[in-house]
Amino acid sequence: MTQTQTTQLEGHGHDHEHAPLGYRFLTLIWVGLMLLTVATVAVAKVDLGYMNVIVALGVASLKASLVIFFFMHLKYENWIIKGMVLTAFVILAIAIGLTFVDVGYRY
Amino acid sequence: MAELSASAPVAHKDYHASKMGMWLFLFTEILLFGGLFLLYATYRAKFPQAFHEGGKTLDVFLGGLNTVVLITSSLTVALSITALRRGAVVFCQTLLAFTVACAGAFMVNKVIEWSAKFHHGLIPGSEHMGQLPQGQSIFYGLYFAMTGLHGIHVVIGASVLLWVMLLIKQGKVTGQDYVVLENAGLYWHIVDLVWIYLFPLFYLIS
Repeated sequence: MTQTQTTQLEGHGHDHEHAPLGYRFLTLIWVGLMLLTVATVAVAKVDLGYMNVIVALGVASLKASLVIFFFMHLKYENWIIKGMVLTAFVILAIAIGLTFVDVGYRY
Repeated sequence: MAELSASAPVAHKDYHASKMGMWLFLFTEILLFGGLFLLYATYRAKFPQAFHEGGKTLDVFLGGLNTVVLITSSLTVALSITALRRGAVVFCQTLLAFTVACAGAFMVNKVIEWSAKFHHGLIPGSEHMGQLPQGQSIFYGLYFAMTGLHGIHVVIGASVLLWVMLLIKQGKVTGQDYVVLENAGLYWHIVDLVWIYLFPLFYLIS
């Protein structure tokens, strides 16, 4: 059944330059994410003063990059989508950054 | 089958536009949560002590467990795409069912967590929360608003994945035509992404 449907749809299917990411590769990314989660919980127990937030956000951003580039496949998308994602995050950074220029000088 | 062959010739599909549209939608999600993170950051700068005390009252174990659950479910969605493209339809469906189960587990944990807070009189919009010192009131307000909005996204994401499972079962999403699964997966990863920031910012700041 599925096989027949597959053949029928092949006509308007699409070719991708990239083969699907391997099970093993994706699982390795998961291992990395798990290790980073353990690391962030462990580091939070150590008092580093204001550095705690920076380390926590740094680790979170590293995890976010793994999710975005590999699980969300961004590394293998064309430059248009890459540029769009970059633009969105730059806008977010500008919004947060400029707010802190204001807030930082007020409190 | 008859249905499929009737609709196949007229169906026009643009794989790249489809994905691009999904990403555009995801940007609105990023900016939605981004606005809330901005509120969090500014109030945290104003009430560091209250945020510190508030963070201590949250259950790191439950939060950590939910982190593991969501990251694992993100993996299974990513694996399901590979499975479908390799023609392992049953394995793909199993992975998706597991992902939806993870969403359920996440929400059960969330209910346990929120119930404990409700038990202590911390109910959004309640008089008790309004009477707390300003910093604490804001901390719990943001906690409920952000984890609540995130929880709604978990429920929506799981529902979308269930719908895709149905489409796969009906043969409308296949190893050759799988962009719907990819886009549903992208949504699920965004849910994971938001939690990756929520967890340290709320649970680990004490």
